[in-house]
Amino acid sequence: MGMTMTQKIMAAHAGRKSVAAGDFIEAELDMVLGNDITAPPAIAEFERMGSKDVFHKDRIALVPDHFAPNKDIKAAQQCKIMREFAYSQGITNYFEIGEMGIEHALLPEKGIVVAGDAVIGADSHTCTYGALGAFSTGVGSTDMAAGMSTGKAWFKVPSAISIVLRNKPGEWVTGKDIILHIIGMIGVDGARYKSMEYSGDGVGHLSMDDRFTMANMAIEAGAKNGIFPVDEVTEGYMDGRAKREWKVYSPDEDAEYDQVIEIDLSTVRPTVSFPHSPDNTHGIDDIPRISIHQVVIGSCTNGRLDDMRMAARILKGRKVAKGVRTIIFPATQEIYLQAVREGLIETFIEAGAIVSTPTCGPCLGGHMGILAEGERAVSTTNRNFIGRMGHHTSEVYLASPAVAAASAVSGFIRNPEDLEVM
Amino acid sequence: MKSKGRVIKFGDNIDTDLIIAARYLSTADPRELAQHFMEDLDPDISKRVKAGDIVVAGRNFGCGSSREHAPIAIKGAGVSCVIAESFARIFYRNSFNIGLPIIESPEASRDIEDGDEIKVDYETGEIQNLTTGKSYNGEAYPPFIRRIIENGGLVGYVKAGGAEGHDI
Repeated sequence: MGMTMTQKIMAAHAGRKSVAAGDFIEAELDMVLGNDITAPPAIAEFERMGSKDVFHKDRIALVPDHFAPNKDIKAAQQCKIMREFAYSQGITNYFEIGEMGIEHALLPEKGIVVAGDAVIGADSHTCTYGALGAFSTGVGSTDMAAGMSTGKAWFKVPSAISIVLRNKPGEWVTGKDIILHIIGMIGVDGARYKSMEYSGDGVGHLSMDDRFTMANMAIEAGAKNGIFPVDEVTEGYMDGRAKREWKVYSPDEDAEYDQVIEIDLSTVRPTVSFPHSPDNTHGIDDIPRISIHQVVIGSCTNGRLDDMRMAARILKGRKVAKGVRTIIFPATQEIYLQAVREGLIETFIEAGAIVSTPTCGPCLGGHMGILAEGERAVSTTNRNFIGRMGHHTSEVYLASPAVAAASAVSGFIRNPEDLEVM
Repeated sequence: MKSKGRVIKFGDNIDTDLIIAARYLSTADPRELAQHFMEDLDPDISKRVKAGDIVVAGRNFGCGSSREHAPIAIKGAGVSCVIAESFARIFYRNSFNIGLPIIESPEASRDIEDGDEIKVDYETGEIQNLTTGKSYNGEAYPPFIRRIIENGGLVGYVKAGGAEGHDI
């Protein structure tokens, strides 16, 4: 029986010719990731295990991004634990403020995760690197500790859902709209324990940034990972960035899938997830007038250059509506700098938005834009659970940067197609 | 290995932000996290939970973030076991790793009600409802999972030399 793309990567990392769904394997890891929230408990566990040295100084990435720049004394202490561990172990991929970014934008950008890798990260959105054609998945701090110590992790080999993308999406339809559309179709546990494997001619119409957004939110369908085929777009992105050689895997022609979903991208509409679940999706044409207090554009889901450009196209020459606090977070220093060079930051500030240094910040209700009782936000982030961005009565509507920017200038959730853009 | 306790019932898709909100993640101390267990759903719930209580929930329990703080908060609150129709995958893995027993049983999840007294046997997977007299079959743990739980989690298990002879 043929293997899926994910199964092929797993087999290669387990030193096996083949694996099948349900097999337990132990895989060699190419990268182990942690952040300022998950690494400190992992470091404590690492020490409790009696481990002295990490398995490989270049194969661990530690990124202070969640509550960094340090939001309070407790956060500062957590960051300090991680920093001191990184220095004492000589970990090369530790990124301090000034060179850091949101981990899932940073690692691909720095070329420290590449196609064909097997990666675990103590952060659920570690699945983002599937966009590069890698197997990557989120784990907890204890698994991270074991990974740092041994360079290995055990997995149950997942079955997969095949998602075949056809045709070209509309002008204002992004990877975000497509993934929200898919989560709306299959539900927040629709791909539980499974891989979401993308294919079809539609993939060629998606930028690298669109693919990162889609792989990133695989976890919001409960998936173990989301994965894209490697094409010239992927190789063009990795070329000049990759710190290691990459390897291209493709699914076998006779690979077995639990389910095949075909999506005509030309029919996907800008899509918004209503509170309090990512699968509570509504097409933009069916949304009543919903007034908002805040707009957040950024995060590991939508803080990349395409997202900044799209927001700027809408904000150019406009002002955000009175009373709509508009907060924009480029995801890394490189994206931030490029946005400065392209004049995007000037556009944002002239429009009355604020621009923040890279941080996960408000996405998880950490800092830099917490919602008060009863407040409502349109956000390009990934979760709209109860209390996710602040008070337990506040509401988060998940959307693309285009819908978020159009909503910011309108004061209510707005279709970007309704605005004339230069 | 058995648990016996009073049931606290929850619905479907209980996410890890609800179990422990991100604003409390600057510590991994079980006692501190336990004070904020499920706070956004019911601010008084940590006062209601008594040592040994068993959580029974619906589908996809523990979805969302990979924070190990979620099972730590549940364990810290004194909950002895979580039974659900299904679990999100990272939460499932994390629970065993930190030594919180969890068990999948769609029937038990549907039938058992808030306040019922139940008993769980991890070796057989049997769940007995002492209030109604009904019993259900949950998944029995393979020996290595039982050993992980008995050693308080993966670290204790590894230290106890528990991986020996286990084929993965």
